[in-house]
Amino acid sequence: MSKGRYGIHGGQYLPETLMNAVIELEQAYEQYKKDPSFLSELQALYVEYANRPSLLYYAEKMTEDLGGAKIYLKREDLNHTGSHKINNVLGQVLLAKKMGKKRVIAETGAGQHGVATATVAALMGMECVVYMGEEDTERQALNVFRMELLGAKVVPVKTGTKTLKDAVNEAMRVWTSRADDTFYVLGSVMGPHPYPEMVRDFQSLIGREVKSQIMVSEGRLPDVVMACVGGGSNAMGVFYDFIPDKEVRLIGVEAAGRGVDTRETAATISRGSLGIFHGMKSYFLQDKYGQIAPVYSISAGLDYPGIGPEHAFLHDSGRAEYVPATDEEAVAAFSYLSKTEGIIPAIESAHALAYAMKLAPTMGKNRIIVVNLSGRGDKDVAAIARYMGVNLHE
Amino acid sequence: MSKIAKAFRDNKKAFIPFITAGDPSLAKTRELILTLEKAGAAVVEIGIPFSDPVAEGEVIQRANSRALAAGCTTDKIFDMLLELRQVSQVPIAFLTYVNPIFTYGCDRFFEKCRETGVDGVIVPDVPFEEKGELSPYCLKYGVDLISLIAPTSDSRIQMIAREAEGYIYLVSSLGVTGVRSSITTDLAAIVRQIREVSDKPIAVGFGISTPEQAQAMAAISDGAIVGSALVKIIEESGEACAAAAYDYASLLAEAVKQEK
Repeated sequence: MSKGRYGIHGGQYLPETLMNAVIELEQAYEQYKKDPSFLSELQALYVEYANRPSLLYYAEKMTEDLGGAKIYLKREDLNHTGSHKINNVLGQVLLAKKMGKKRVIAETGAGQHGVATATVAALMGMECVVYMGEEDTERQALNVFRMELLGAKVVPVKTGTKTLKDAVNEAMRVWTSRADDTFYVLGSVMGPHPYPEMVRDFQSLIGREVKSQIMVSEGRLPDVVMACVGGGSNAMGVFYDFIPDKEVRLIGVEAAGRGVDTRETAATISRGSLGIFHGMKSYFLQDKYGQIAPVYSISAGLDYPGIGPEHAFLHDSGRAEYVPATDEEAVAAFSYLSKTEGIIPAIESAHALAYAMKLAPTMGKNRIIVVNLSGRGDKDVAAIARYMGVNLHE
Repeated sequence: MSKIAKAFRDNKKAFIPFITAGDPSLAKTRELILTLEKAGAAVVEIGIPFSDPVAEGEVIQRANSRALAAGCTTDKIFDMLLELRQVSQVPIAFLTYVNPIFTYGCDRFFEKCRETGVDGVIVPDVPFEEKGELSPYCLKYGVDLISLIAPTSDSRIQMIAREAEGYIYLVSSLGVTGVRSSITTDLAAIVRQIREVSDKPIAVGFGISTPEQAQAMAAISDGAIVGSALVKIIEESGEACAAAAYDYASLLAEAVKQEK
């Protein structure tokens, strides 16, 4: 078995042209992740630039209204750039700088990872190009302009389904042509080794913070930790430190789109099968000939036909559970949190909230649920208005 | 001796055209294979279309989309080849991505390759480190797993070459498939490194479109692979694609075989 395996999943399925680039990346990462000066530089950026640690907020009104378990929200939406994506990007772009790269590229779905990459590239004085499916550039026009304001070039990807997977395809193609001076900042716990491990490591501070914060406020570990899952970086980040704590249930919420029994879904664990794509062995939505399925979700950030290999392994081993939430449920949760707590969540995070709203009332009042609120919902307001049939005149 | 090895022995320099199966239809693919054989192809590379061909440039990406939209599947390609084998024994190598093979079932896939006389497979997203995914089945059914060596392979060249089967696919340039005005990689140096450890034939691909380029690439190796330029001609000539492909392929085949 090759490197970077999680059970049978993971690996390094890449064109030969890129192999030395990922080997170089792996060696650099192995070196810097143990380097105290790299780690302290990164820590300073987290604190002074990204506004960490993020709060663990007790959603009291939501808890009372649902009448069951206590609900805590891990406020990744309060990070600079508005989502958990900055945690990973600060790590990767700092690493890119140490490796002497002058140029970064990234894929983006909802635009959150693209915005985070454009932001950190601006901060560190690097050239930045972001690949984004054409359909997503329309769904998330505001984020396109944000990236341009930050000095990045946004390239709309017009091939395939014109969404996140096609943006990854295009970023990989471009990387193949300029691996020498270009660092590919992958946004999730997916792709070839070492990305799933590296992105998890850069995101795992979410779970570490939750652990110490909940010990302060409750004096014990939570009963449930949950997060939305597309590729799975915010979920992996909040899960990772809890994996050894077997009494803590880990729940990943996938985007069911119009329902797991329809073709318009992105629920990989519910409906996918084992495959090898985008550099990794994992579960994918595909047909019997291995053609990757066109997927659908209202959320551009969860609109991906695969899932990170470590999640696939946590599913196989039964350590984590994966459940679907539909567009309709996510939009309802989006509105609910806005009205109940005065927090507009990202539509991605609203999938996790939707399941929390189902689960909390079934649990006792002495139970605790932590929901990773991975991002804020400002970017989604226009799309949700459209979904609700509201006509906005800007 | 495999049919591929024999093809390189019989042709001093090999012309290897690539087409995407099912573009514009499988009936045309069958006709194109026969045409390319007649034009002087030593081996024909057949692409099994994939929804997300990450190593391909725009021309072959479009061919993949057309083929899938026209209903091409792996089973239909095997059916077409079975029929083709009654009239032609031209060596054939598949080029596809790992997921269509893996999802079809490796054992079943390579068994079908043997049944339909597919002599080799090229899988761009299976590097040396992951070839164990396919090689046991290739060995079991006698199908050559063709290795790629790239301009960035450096210290990996000899590791790959030592275990290479069939022929070595030497990628001429960085990036994805597609026509290039010039090829600047020092391919002769890579060929020398390969030759120190392997006597397998070497064919150069990526970016070749003109007879001059094909001749130059074949001159420093054992053959030239031409994909995007041919696929573009097929795209542009529709129903008349076989005739157009014949004219172009004949020109290239002749150039490749010509001694400088």
